[in-house]
Amino acid sequence: MSKRYDAIVIGAGHNGLTNAAYLAKAGLDVLIVEKNSYIGGATVSRELHTDWLYSNCSYVCSLLRPEITRDLELPRHGLQVVPYGGSVSFCSNGDYFGDYPDHGRQYREIARHSIRDANAYERYTADVMKQTRLIRPFLMRTPPDPTSLKPRDLKEMKVLMDAFAELGEEGLADTLRFWTKSIGDYLDEYFETDVIKAHLAGSGIIGTALGVYSPGTAYVLLHHYMGDVDGTVGAWGFARGGMGAVAAALASSLQSFGGEIRIDAEVDQIIVRGGKVAGVALSNGDEINADIVVSNLDPKRTFLKIMEEKDLPADVVRKAKNFKIRGSSGKLNIALDGLPSFNGIPKNSPLMHTDMHVLDSLQRMERAYDDWKNGSFSSDPYVDMLIPSQVDPTMAPPGKHMMTVFVQYAPPRVHGEEWTDADRDAFGKTVIDQIANYSPDFKDLILHCEVRTPREIENEIGLTEGNIFMGELTFDQLLFNRPFPGYAQYRGPVRGMYMCGSGTHPGGGVMTAPGANAAREILRDLKRTNLVPEAYPDD
Amino acid sequence: MKAHDETMMLRTPFHSRVAEACEINQWDDWKGYTTPRAYTEVEQEYFAVRSSTGVFDLSPMTKYRITGADAERYLNRVMTRDVSKLKPGRVGYTIWCNDAGQVMDDGTLFHFGAGDYRLCSYTRVMDWLQWSSLGLDVSIEDETADVAALAVQGPTSCAVLKAMGFIGIEELKPFGLTHHAFENTELMISRTGFTGDLGYELWIEPGKAELLWDRLFTAGANLGIHPIGNDALEMLRIEAGFLQAGVDFVPAEETVREGRSRSPFELGLGWLVDLDKGLFNGRRALIEEQRNGSRYGFVFLDVQGNKPAQHSFILKGKREIGSVTSAAWCPTAKSNIAFAQVESQYGRPGEELIAEIYYQRELIWTRLLAKCRVIERPVFSSPKRRQTPAPDF
Amino acid sequence: MTSSSFEVIIVGGGHNGLVCAAYLAKAGHKVLLLERNERVGGAAITREFADGFSVSACAQWLYQFNPTVQADLNLAQHGLQLAARDLDTIALAADGNHVTLSSTTVHGTSVSQQDQLAYSSFTQQMQKFASLLASASERRAPKLLHSNWTDRITLLKLGLGMKMLGKQDMQDLMRIALINIYDVMQENFDNHLLQAALSLDGTLGTHMGPRSPNSVFSFLHRRLGEVFGFNGPAVVKGGMGELSEALAKAAVSYGVELRTLAAVGKINCNADGVTGVTLTSGEIFNTPVVVSNADPKTTFEKLVGLRNIETGVARRVSTIRMKGNVAKLHLALDGLPDFSGLDMLQQGQRLLIAPSMDAMERAFNAAKYGEFSAEPVMDICIPSLHDSSLAPAGKHVLSALVQYAPYDLKAGWAPVRETYTQLLIERLGAYAPNIGARVLATELLTPVSLEREFHLGGGHWHHGEISLDQIMMMRPFPGATQYAMPLAGLYLCGAGAHPGGGVMGLAGRNAANEIISNSKRANTGSIATTKQQEGNS
Repeated sequence: MSKRYDAIVIGAGHNGLTNAAYLAKAGLDVLIVEKNSYIGGATVSRELHTDWLYSNCSYVCSLLRPEITRDLELPRHGLQVVPYGGSVSFCSNGDYFGDYPDHGRQYREIARHSIRDANAYERYTADVMKQTRLIRPFLMRTPPDPTSLKPRDLKEMKVLMDAFAELGEEGLADTLRFWTKSIGDYLDEYFETDVIKAHLAGSGIIGTALGVYSPGTAYVLLHHYMGDVDGTVGAWGFARGGMGAVAAALASSLQSFGGEIRIDAEVDQIIVRGGKVAGVALSNGDEINADIVVSNLDPKRTFLKIMEEKDLPADVVRKAKNFKIRGSSGKLNIALDGLPSFNGIPKNSPLMHTDMHVLDSLQRMERAYDDWKNGSFSSDPYVDMLIPSQVDPTMAPPGKHMMTVFVQYAPPRVHGEEWTDADRDAFGKTVIDQIANYSPDFKDLILHCEVRTPREIENEIGLTEGNIFMGELTFDQLLFNRPFPGYAQYRGPVRGMYMCGSGTHPGGGVMTAPGANAAREILRDLKRTNLVPEAYPDD
Repeated sequence: MKAHDETMMLRTPFHSRVAEACEINQWDDWKGYTTPRAYTEVEQEYFAVRSSTGVFDLSPMTKYRITGADAERYLNRVMTRDVSKLKPGRVGYTIWCNDAGQVMDDGTLFHFGAGDYRLCSYTRVMDWLQWSSLGLDVSIEDETADVAALAVQGPTSCAVLKAMGFIGIEELKPFGLTHHAFENTELMISRTGFTGDLGYELWIEPGKAELLWDRLFTAGANLGIHPIGNDALEMLRIEAGFLQAGVDFVPAEETVREGRSRSPFELGLGWLVDLDKGLFNGRRALIEEQRNGSRYGFVFLDVQGNKPAQHSFILKGKREIGSVTSAAWCPTAKSNIAFAQVESQYGRPGEELIAEIYYQRELIWTRLLAKCRVIERPVFSSPKRRQTPAPDF
Repeated sequence: MTSSSFEVIIVGGGHNGLVCAAYLAKAGHKVLLLERNERVGGAAITREFADGFSVSACAQWLYQFNPTVQADLNLAQHGLQLAARDLDTIALAADGNHVTLSSTTVHGTSVSQQDQLAYSSFTQQMQKFASLLASASERRAPKLLHSNWTDRITLLKLGLGMKMLGKQDMQDLMRIALINIYDVMQENFDNHLLQAALSLDGTLGTHMGPRSPNSVFSFLHRRLGEVFGFNGPAVVKGGMGELSEALAKAAVSYGVELRTLAAVGKINCNADGVTGVTLTSGEIFNTPVVVSNADPKTTFEKLVGLRNIETGVARRVSTIRMKGNVAKLHLALDGLPDFSGLDMLQQGQRLLIAPSMDAMERAFNAAKYGEFSAEPVMDICIPSLHDSSLAPAGKHVLSALVQYAPYDLKAGWAPVRETYTQLLIERLGAYAPNIGARVLATELLTPVSLEREFHLGGGHWHHGEISLDQIMMMRPFPGATQYAMPLAGLYLCGAGAHPGGGVMGLAGRNAANEIISNSKRANTGSIATTKQQEGNS
């Protein structure tokens, strides 16, 4: 008979690690089980080409909650986040649009394309910031259940309503419009220049199976704007050593509190006895017992794969089946023999350190989505590429570079069939050709390339359909609807069972907030002192 | 020029001369242009304006050319004052609001001729100006980079211009404008400024800018001419009671937090609002505000002592009723002036309030509760500013 | 000539304008209604399009008309008759295995028993949700913060209605109201025709495909009809024009003065608000209150003039989304077409050509890029089967709504009218092989012609997209809700206002109630003296 734990967390992704760390910190005997031989889930750095380190899933961080980073002493455990600012979009006519981190320079660059847009950008920034300020305080809170009359839910509902009420009548209407609009329609209200709209719209579709003109995508944009690095809202940063450094620091923090991690331990089933959780059964046949089991897997995997239908209420099974978790993204990780050059910008431009996009019009982006709807990967894909080795010497040998390329759109299945290796190679070629359209020497510099379709992402990381957010970030699956109405407070339908993954509020994006929020609820149920920090006041 | 270079910091058409004169080499970014904080010494520059002539490079000022058959009607929709009363050859100080009656910026409006205006503003408002043109026959061009400008301010400024050969310039009335031939081009001179003193602004095509600078400084050599930087101008404008967008109020459409914008009445600019002139942006809301009362008042404060009340809270008794937006010691008036926003029931002229001032000496902070008095108008106002013909000194 | 004896002028005699006029007059106000065309009705009109052949030229079915309005205005007494009602919807299959949908049941050889069961529970649930929407539609959209008692009661009723749904339904509503009809169909049904037929109700008349989020809301909006007592579409005897005639008679009976061939060229205003209207003939009418039945864009851009309103309002108006996607096809037929596998009774139902949701989505794709789809979706009606007055004996009229035909077709509509008409006839021919040979005359109304003839801005039926960002207190735009526009004395009573499009009559009724209660609030009963207050409230 193996050791009995107070709590078992399934999946050593960043949220599982965060959750376990808080439980361990609170004095619980915690074990985290991980199916892979490495921890981190989608927050990993892997040496897939000798001397190169790939952040081969998630690749930058912004949403990582500073309250948690500080509280779990992640810097002491080795995490260093180096901020970078700005981004650039390349145009098919050889020009580009550079979103410089310096505000003045950004203005001049927008004005180079349109003086009116440069000025409209001020209003746009203010308006988006209004929305960001509205949502940020709720990242570290448990969503209320609007159907409940419990005092805590009513109180939290009031906090939510008060935040909305602060916007004023017209501001409130504008907020509702923002949350229900497409990013394309939203941007059309501000800007006239194609490439500027396309540039800004990228954040509205990343990781999302919707097009730029699909209502709801304006919120997705917000999801990419609401993070911060060193107090600068909307800023992004590289984790030194790749995203695996985030997981390593969390694991080290967890272990410092006495938590245990077991790798190569795939969970076959959550054991339920007498309506209560009893532990987990591993695929190697081992059983580990605990009164608390926390799933860091996505809701579909949790309820449809590692739990038995008989152990669950019917509505949960139905809701899990209807949960929207769509593969829409792919990824290329590339080892480069040198720094590639891009049309229009010098190699020493600050823009080289930032997110680089292609697709210079909303129409091209919408067509890329049409391909996805039709069951194929985009023939003219949207890419978001970064070369972190320019600022992080651990990623590649001196003078060589590592490039991470995020690709939108790639369907979960190709015309209804499983991805084949040939499909994957065709996808990789399409993306490389696309980049080469804007970087003449790019192809010649490629030393090694890892191509990841939704198939690879699902198989390795266990994200259903390869959805990077563990479920679409649309209004119907946010806040008290995430993952499903009635189950948004991290508690599962079985006593002792909890959820802590990105499928719960506030969603994906290497935030660690779901893991921490879930820990708060568990400690509450155990009547222990809450150790999870509150959000910094945002005024 | 490569696209890349266009985004570097810009230089004004006077840059070669400015850089040469800028002995202390301290620079600011003013709307993307490299501009001097000071040339030699701030006090010296300040007193050049108050006692002889100071020259300020105002080329980075945002300038829009507004033309078309509906230009007047258009401007009347945008501006709170009655633009139809601004005759050709005249300049007007003006503000504009959004629909909610909240101030977006202030600026000066130049009326050149029928359907031909220039609007100078601190903030950039092209987007708003374009939206405002819906349904009207008007065109709006940003001519910031096409026009170089110098402010020539101070008691001897008219004498300097006369020495340059601009005959009859002394007859130009305040807020008037005139054109003079200069080196095969046209130089526009307006009797305007941001200092409260006698002064002029000179507007010329960029190619002739350096020549203008040289002639001006040659002509002014014996009249105490001195270039002035941003820091001196800041002292001058506070002494003269001029508000600045982004400092004394937030441009309405750029506010993030509900309630952070201000109406003209709340900024003491009600005199620029003409509710009887017909439709303009914010009229409905301002009528409403007149009926229901304003939330805030804007006051000039004469603060006891000599510690500038920058960033201070304003108290009535022990209650916090507002805060300071701009403050400076005024060397001419020898008084300590602050602009403050206070709750609207306070701030009647003569009322005594308290400024909570923090200042530091050798790393030790001191909290000072300085009495202050609400004064009716700015402490500095030179009668020379209004005299025509303009005096020589 | 100047006339000032009217308290209210209504611009446009569409059905909402007529309803609004009737209610106002019934409450004792002096109302003048001005209609530019020879006959009132707007988009609810009957017109002869070929010798002896008449058709409901724009809206073709009646399926949402509000029963309260019908009763309040005694429309039956004023001549409104239905030639047929509670019709089924038949989704046509190329192989003849059609699917027939009634209000609560579905059948067809291809429909599984599971789908049949699912259909019945699905429609029941939708009925509940639509009832909630109906209760919100019958009142003005509440303000949320600056609410008065009327608004608070509405909010309370809505909140209570949500609670009454029960936890499960409430949770379902919170989720599906925001998503797309495509997913909801896939969650509930397997049959492609059934999925497509229902998802058409979520997208018809909008710039949305089945996969566009918000299409479930649009579906519920259409479903209001079921709450208002329609178990399927109805055909008005004499065409939709007869509904308008009945409304006009009702209005006149209450004392409305109705003038046709009186096109308003301008809504006059000064800085304080509206002062009246000027007709294109030059005639001027002065009134303190003008109610526009035109869409909000037309109202502000053409009638008031953007130059006469504040910049922020002009910006709001300019960004209203209203891209029309529907064309209308009228065929005069030498005889009844033989739709394969349909008997005469069945041919009289609502026939749909919408093979699958994916096909519809592909058709929508084309519209997104300013192209028309080669596989258009069609909503077909043969009214002459129910009403012999519409066509000569033995002959028939076919009327069809065609989607997706974008308003801003890249090539422009003029050069492709013929090709497009031919394409549509061929499309029909795939289901009714002989139809091409029976065509005597055709009429195609593109979105551009709909805009021109029925004054629908952008050719959009609903006077603005019915999507979540343009409903309730966001309709037509923030700051212009509750029918009073941000120009004192100007009201909107058409589909551009809450609760939106469809021949419902509610926008007109709600607007009238608002005008009446504003005049009561001023405590004088007179509309004139309330202008300043309501303009600034």
